[in-house]
Amino acid sequence: MQATICQTAVNPSLFSAEGFVGLIFLATIALIVVGALIATTSKRLVRCVAGLAVCFTGLAGAYYFLLSPFIAMMQMLIYVGAVSIIIAFAIMLATPENEDTAEIKGAGLAGPLGFSLGALFFSALTILGLKTHWQVFPRQGTGNLKQIGTDLLTRHAMVFELISIVLLMAILGAVVLARKGRD
Amino acid sequence: MHLLNLYNCLQTYLVIGALLFGFGIYGLVSRRTIIGMLISSELILAAASMNFMAFSRFLAPDPATGRIFTLFIMAIAAAEAAIAVSIVISVYRNYKSIDTEDIVDLHG
Repeated sequence: MQATICQTAVNPSLFSAEGFVGLIFLATIALIVVGALIATTSKRLVRCVAGLAVCFTGLAGAYYFLLSPFIAMMQMLIYVGAVSIIIAFAIMLATPENEDTAEIKGAGLAGPLGFSLGALFFSALTILGLKTHWQVFPRQGTGNLKQIGTDLLTRHAMVFELISIVLLMAILGAVVLARKGRD
Repeated sequence: MHLLNLYNCLQTYLVIGALLFGFGIYGLVSRRTIIGMLISSELILAAASMNFMAFSRFLAPDPATGRIFTLFIMAIAAAEAAIAVSIVISVYRNYKSIDTEDIVDLHG
């Protein structure tokens, strides 16, 4: 196995500041795993959305550990604040009252098939990530908020405009689709 | 790689991304309702942006690129969620159900 890529290789003591930060990161990982587990295995759809919000909160913490608090804030705003809420609205608007269960398919073999597919992808990607010899390139940019803003409007300006058009189309399409059929 | 130093290692974030992707695939295959499948697809998108962020932190020469693409993934996910939710509401109006077993009119 190749050597792991770590910024620092020391083992911090449990009672130092770095050790405490490591404990917080372990709690973040626990949030992500528990949230994803609830989101995919819970029987009620409302609990699935709550698990999704917990998972996204943990991901925001992980982005904070990846040295970009701006992306962590955007994660909280967009995913936890907007996407989870819009899915919760969908559950409230479009679920039959007597059966708001989302139970795993009973009769077919979709449950075991899905589990084996997920386990296959997880193990394959994990082995790939651990075995590959990653090459570290020397740093050129700082990656701070100012550089992100400059790059958005210079190097990635085309993609930025395309994303704007996609969002506009999504808004129009959502309005047209959801408005049709209303009496 | 020590337990309390995990947050400084690239492989930790790659394993988290793989875990999210596996959960997403499992939910996408095994869920019975459209909303459950939508939730699982959000997990898959989150796994992709997790990998972008990890590589931009540890490997890439310019860390801003990975962060910008994470922002793009967030915008795509928001648009996808809005469209999917309006489709779900439209399907529910016509079929009174969001179960994938009931929406089989095109089944041969």
